[in-house]
Amino acid sequence: MRYLPLTDADRSAMLDKIGVADIDALFADVPAEARLSGPIAGLPLHQGEMAVERHIRALSKKNLAAGDAPFFCGAGAYRHHIPASVDHIIQRGEFLTAYTPYQPEIAQGTLQMLFEFQSQVARLYGCAVANASMYDGSTACWEAVAMAGRITRRKRAVLSGGLHPHYAETVRTMAKFTEDEIADAPPTLNGTPDNAALIARIDDQTSCVVVQYPDILGRIPDLAAIADAAHARGALLIAVNTEPVALGAILSPGELGADIVVGEGQALGVGLQFGGPYLGLFAVRDPRHVRQMPGRLCGETVDAGGKRGFVLTLSTREQHIRREKATSNICTNSGLCALAFSVHLTLLGEEGLRRLAAENHRLACLAAERLAKVPGVELLNDSFFNEFTVLLGGDARAVVRRLADRKVLAGVSLGRLYPAHEALHQGLVVAVTETTSEDDIERLALALQEELA
Amino acid sequence: MPRYFTDEHEWIDVDGDTATVGITDYAQSQLGDIVFVELPQVGSAVAKGKDAAVVESVKAASDVYAPITGEVTEANGALEDDPALVNSSPEDGGWFFKLTISDKSELEGLMDAAAYKSFCDSL
Amino acid sequence: MSAPNASGWKPGTPVAGTDSGPSTSTGNRALMLEEPLIFEIGTTRTTGVDLPDPIGGETRLGGFARKNAIGLPGLSEPEAVRHYTRLSRQNYAIDLGLFPLGSCTMKHNPRLNEKVARMPGFADVHPLQPVDTVRGALEVINELAFWLIELTGMHGVAMTPKAGAHGELCGILCIRAALEARGDAREVILVPESAHGTNPATAAFAGYRVEDIPATAEGRVDLGALKARLGAGGPDSCDVAAVMITNPNTCGLFERDMKAISDAVHAAGAFVYCDGANFNAIVGKVRPGDLGVDAMHINLHKTFSTPHGGGGPGSGPVVLSEALAPYGPLPYTARTSDGVVHLVEEEDAEAFSAEHFGGRMASFGRMSAFHGQMGMFTRALTYILSHGADGLKQVAEDAVLNANYVLRTLEDVLDAPFGASGPCMHEALFSDKGFAQGLSTLDLAKGLIDEGFHPMTMYFPLVVHGAMLVEPTETESKAGLDQFIAALRSVAERARAGDESLKTAPHFAPRRRLDETLAARKPILAFQDAGQAAGVPPGTPQLSEQGGS
Repeated sequence: MRYLPLTDADRSAMLDKIGVADIDALFADVPAEARLSGPIAGLPLHQGEMAVERHIRALSKKNLAAGDAPFFCGAGAYRHHIPASVDHIIQRGEFLTAYTPYQPEIAQGTLQMLFEFQSQVARLYGCAVANASMYDGSTACWEAVAMAGRITRRKRAVLSGGLHPHYAETVRTMAKFTEDEIADAPPTLNGTPDNAALIARIDDQTSCVVVQYPDILGRIPDLAAIADAAHARGALLIAVNTEPVALGAILSPGELGADIVVGEGQALGVGLQFGGPYLGLFAVRDPRHVRQMPGRLCGETVDAGGKRGFVLTLSTREQHIRREKATSNICTNSGLCALAFSVHLTLLGEEGLRRLAAENHRLACLAAERLAKVPGVELLNDSFFNEFTVLLGGDARAVVRRLADRKVLAGVSLGRLYPAHEALHQGLVVAVTETTSEDDIERLALALQEELA
Repeated sequence: MPRYFTDEHEWIDVDGDTATVGITDYAQSQLGDIVFVELPQVGSAVAKGKDAAVVESVKAASDVYAPITGEVTEANGALEDDPALVNSSPEDGGWFFKLTISDKSELEGLMDAAAYKSFCDSL
Repeated sequence: MSAPNASGWKPGTPVAGTDSGPSTSTGNRALMLEEPLIFEIGTTRTTGVDLPDPIGGETRLGGFARKNAIGLPGLSEPEAVRHYTRLSRQNYAIDLGLFPLGSCTMKHNPRLNEKVARMPGFADVHPLQPVDTVRGALEVINELAFWLIELTGMHGVAMTPKAGAHGELCGILCIRAALEARGDAREVILVPESAHGTNPATAAFAGYRVEDIPATAEGRVDLGALKARLGAGGPDSCDVAAVMITNPNTCGLFERDMKAISDAVHAAGAFVYCDGANFNAIVGKVRPGDLGVDAMHINLHKTFSTPHGGGGPGSGPVVLSEALAPYGPLPYTARTSDGVVHLVEEEDAEAFSAEHFGGRMASFGRMSAFHGQMGMFTRALTYILSHGADGLKQVAEDAVLNANYVLRTLEDVLDAPFGASGPCMHEALFSDKGFAQGLSTLDLAKGLIDEGFHPMTMYFPLVVHGAMLVEPTETESKAGLDQFIAALRSVAERARAGDESLKTAPHFAPRRRLDETLAARKPILAFQDAGQAAGVPPGTPQLSEQGGS
């Protein structure tokens, strides 16, 4: 077997050295009746690269790749062009096959990268400190709610209707076990998010208000007004961003008064990958809140020779030291995805990110205008960045399925996201990025026109 | 004013109805470099033998227990900026918090300096 | 071939005192290159991506357009490639050498796995595409799920957890849901002292009180004490919800009494959670389901070799017994008798359960967005198919053989606290007993760095003083192991002899020992431009006092 270097001669020499007759002697503590007598039933014997690749490739071919169709899906995962050098760098064995940097003297590559990543995220979010990443945006969102509870010592979280329903569902699941109260509401189909209704749900027991920016329908909520209302009640504002490219065009959540900013970093560097692995981003505006943060943090220090270096720090918050008193049970970050994000953002730089955001917005404006001209299609949004919602009159799920049969991936239907809320089912969330061509937009418009006719 | 010690390595100075609490020189030497101290909020109630503060080194977080029951009247703000005070001056400038004494009889089971010294020698 | 160096070539040993050499003007030492931060070499005007000039004109941003600079440095492509390549060279990695971190299973990462994960049909599909356009991806999830169930002898598997600790949480939430479904509120989870820190953290998060299970002198769970704690009154009088056990345990030993432990736990109406971090030792040899386990997470990044990536991403599917399978998280995949693999989400969970599971499925809910770590599933499935039934069994056998070889060839210079407890499984545990006064496990580990090896896991498990947990894995050759053993032997002998130079090791790494106390006392967690107030980005409004901790 190509991955196993020991030869039979090695094995018997080693057994001799150990002083046992055969390999079974090393498994003597496993009760005989529990030991498998033969190989796992049904699993073929080992196979060469070609045979395995053939099998997996056949499965790959059964999927319609985004690059092979006009593609408009978003709702928390976005398709952007990833520069070729990003994948080259993350495949360097020194990054790919390293472990968590617990021995900092021989892990400065990972540690310096994490310090740069934290600094990039903090700036992008308008915050003081970002951590070394979380599993994904949805779990980061829950961790932020839990953190707000620790800071305010309150147990009631208010979720905006514009929060991604998977994120809201994740928060609800976790809250069942911590006995936090989750006050939420589905979105309503308005052109502008209903801030007044959201603010009315904040009370003196509220630990935090969770607002997605831009929201699940693509609208851009007025975070500053919500921040003021939350702060007036002693609650924190948690801003959730699922499309970091948007922050090249719109104000950062930290600038607008968000206390904790979390999000999904997948759009930069990571790729769609059918939903994972992704990259949870987590930042705080006030550096005094750092000790309540979950997850790993990388910090600057010096070595015994006086040279600058980096280490994982403030780890007394974490499970391997605090055990049942830890801020979270998280035991990892999303290191390689953080590297991909950081490399992509370094290649873009501020200039590139602004250009990328401008190009996304330009194409999204074109698409919104074009689709609104299709009979039976109505544009919902007053504001948007690269994603907006159109109303189709009938159930958008059926339309999306029929368009997929014609090899047009038209977007994400609200029925898929909110099966229990029939009032939303006519909505279709359409995302447009720099990878969308004007021809793609035209093909979507024509296909929609034929379907709705 | 009298100073008492606990077998959890806290010291307590009693001055009338108020007391000052810190950790002993022995405790700081066992913990190593202190990097952070989490102090109780002023006005909060602490109970004898229950967690009142947390002291952290790079690799460990240890609870500091209240030697007696009372209400916290002051926390040592100097430790926020300079937690190393706990190492350099554990039984003086590195005090943790002051509290009102609810029940003086709780002091009875505590050790004096000589008893604490022989307690540490036995460890 | 176990003697690749037939000619006996050895690197020259530097003459004593000459290894530091003269200083250089750059601070570089030939191939050891110092590298500044991107914030020190990039500018906000530089970009390594060609994008069109912004046209300007009307926007629909609702009045929220950015006004201030963000402060993000950019690099051209050649500068960026060089920056990250230079950084990469300051890392140790499996690709460079043996990486004996106990409990972490740092085995070779096959490159075929990387290749298949990048096929457009997996890498370039959106999680919310219509399911008819992603049937192949669903088949990958389902096929991997099938083999994970077969390899563990369990009944079901939750595929969405994103890492081992997330999987633990999933398993414990299934247990809580199952107990609640029968109206049985219990308060306690028992965890051995030797457990990974995630175990008690997870149990506490799920609302349980954590109690220790004592261990015997030979390093295994004390069955008698466990039975006493569970009580003899059966399910009606027991307050224990679950017992969390790592098997093989963190002392490197197989829990011989596992079946008896499970039987006792079940008799008390409680569940057995197994931390599957050490599954690599028994894959293809023993099925946890046959030992009475109710839930076990599988770290795909350990046993099934998805890359660790410098700290994630991981993936932690949880296999479940028949009693727990109905409570797993949404979404899940299921293959129906017509061969079609379905994705069961909130939308059709109830109807699907009614049609195919007699209405038994009662998910505790969603743990994260989308459907799990797809990129890891393709890699893990590729790994399983590459090894096959014979290869996986060989994986466990060679991993255990390598660890026992390390244990028995070093126990004369390193104390093996459980060396008399029988063979170890896939990791060998040593302690610092016998080191000269003033020298510690940390010093030995840093000395090993100078010898060109990544250290073993240090100070874990907590039950052994100065613990050193060595897990060589099955992907090391005998010649490679012999080199490692010789290096570890030499450093151990220096530690016993009191070689003071170990206290300042490493001497030859890109950095000497780092001041972790300074890092924690005065945290610098983000780059600051000159003149910028510490910790606060420009233009950041200060948080008002309310709500502060």
